[in-house]
Amino acid sequence: MKQLTLLLLALCWWAGSLPAAAQQKPAAKRKTTTSPAVPGAVLARGKVVYTQNCLTCHMADGYGVDGMNPPLIKTSYVLGDKTRLTKVVLHGMQGLDVDGEPYNNVMPAHAFLTDQQIADVLTYVRNSFGNKASAVQTTEVKAIRAANKK
Amino acid sequence: MAVLGSGTALVALRPAPARSLVVADANNADLKLPTGFGALVVAETGGKARHLAITPSGTIYVKLNRPDKAGQGILALQPATNGKATVAGGFGSYGGTGIATKNGYLYASSDENVYRYKLNDKGEVVNKQQPETIIKGLINRKQHESKSVALDNAGNIYVNVGAYSNSCQVQDRQKGSMGIPNCPVLDSAGGIWQFRADKLNQTYTDGVRYATGLRNVVGLDWNNQSNQLFVMQHGRDQLNSIFPDLYTTEESAQNPAECLYALQKGDNAGWPYMYYNLQKKTQMLAPEYGGDGKKTVNGKYLEPAAAYPAHMAPNALLFYTGTMFPARYRNGAFIAFHGSWNRAPEPQKGFKVVFQPFKDGKPSGDWEVFADNFAGSPEKEAAGRADHKPCGLAQGPDGSLYVSDDKKGTIYRIVYNAK
Repeated sequence: MKQLTLLLLALCWWAGSLPAAAQQKPAAKRKTTTSPAVPGAVLARGKVVYTQNCLTCHMADGYGVDGMNPPLIKTSYVLGDKTRLTKVVLHGMQGLDVDGEPYNNVMPAHAFLTDQQIADVLTYVRNSFGNKASAVQTTEVKAIRAANKK
Repeated sequence: MAVLGSGTALVALRPAPARSLVVADANNADLKLPTGFGALVVAETGGKARHLAITPSGTIYVKLNRPDKAGQGILALQPATNGKATVAGGFGSYGGTGIATKNGYLYASSDENVYRYKLNDKGEVVNKQQPETIIKGLINRKQHESKSVALDNAGNIYVNVGAYSNSCQVQDRQKGSMGIPNCPVLDSAGGIWQFRADKLNQTYTDGVRYATGLRNVVGLDWNNQSNQLFVMQHGRDQLNSIFPDLYTTEESAQNPAECLYALQKGDNAGWPYMYYNLQKKTQMLAPEYGGDGKKTVNGKYLEPAAAYPAHMAPNALLFYTGTMFPARYRNGAFIAFHGSWNRAPEPQKGFKVVFQPFKDGKPSGDWEVFADNFAGSPEKEAAGRADHKPCGLAQGPDGSLYVSDDKKGTIYRIVYNAK
């Protein structure tokens, strides 16, 4: 486990040192229904955020916990509307059914994460555990955060 | 009853005890059991089978977490001579967890109310559509919503009202959020409430907060030897994810202990101000209230009667009073551990029924694994992807131990076959 964490930290450092142009590559993608490949660096950064903030409840494999913490595997919340998904991270969630199943645990707000951390982790989730969906951009998170300021 | 009659006749013809009629499944229902024990699948209910209760005539009542497609929140299972049972109907349009029989009544709970149904001399519910409401308006804010019940021998019923919070933080489960002073949750939750078992429409003001400082109790039972209520608490979650500077993920996976408490009226078990460290066998000050992983609180709160590994989620407690099992099990406690989630990223644990030996109404000696492999394999257990999750325990009239599973709805029966 320690080795994996070190590897992730190394990846994170490596990703952080990439030139800005390389990181902005996904922003230049064409608007098509099929999602273009997500850069490995984004996924690596997203995994670091996931491991520190999400894994405890949603599990390393995204399976979640029956009746408590919803799965992140091919659910409508994860694969669907990016705005709804981003708002769950920003504001938290409790007591809502996910695809017809009740989940009762409390998800706290994660507004303390930066726009980029949220974009990275959601992109990671939308492209892990068997999911395949478009990346979430930092600019999108920024706009949703601004529009929902309390 | 015809079934009982034929069983009695067979016993009369053969000197073998009644239990020989019940044959374990060839694979013992995929469970791992101590030598001499066998298990069979009684029925597949297909519902989230929480707790269960069995009448003296053998009818099994199963409380479902959500009503099934027919709108039934309680299933009635009729026993067959081979030890299995068939779903023979249901009633009660509410989901919930608690169910118990006592003195000719079946008690069942939703997540807010407790009802009772009169049983006839065959153990059948007389009026399925119009139960009496015993208790109403208990708090339900989704988290720790189960209202488990147990009855004593003096006409009282005990109900768990779980805390609608992990550790009474200003912002529940938020990283770094501190505890609310004089935790207000404890006014209406985080404890065991005592009510009369025969009085209708009771609310909080009619009941007594029997014990407080109990975060969430799903498994509880009355001990007839010590004439005392015992409860299993679900310990707090997320020491690491809320206070990552104070606890490693490993420390967080291994603490706090899941504790067994022997209650007296007025007891305070200390939630949310403390938690119990399994390795140090010490009450620790909760980090939300100034704890740092080292500060202890001594002598202030009730000491656990026994402590078990962290996060295994004790969902049922049963004092065994039957004579089918060997004598050492008599008056000891079976505990169903539903299985953990809050050990991640460490491997998950639980998904088993354990036995805690008792002597003179007190735990005596170490607990031991009794029925294992509900998960289906060690890999499934470690990942938390269990096939079955043991949630309820009940003792049959012949002394068989029944286990309900709220993952797939399997009802198990464990019997002792050795002479």
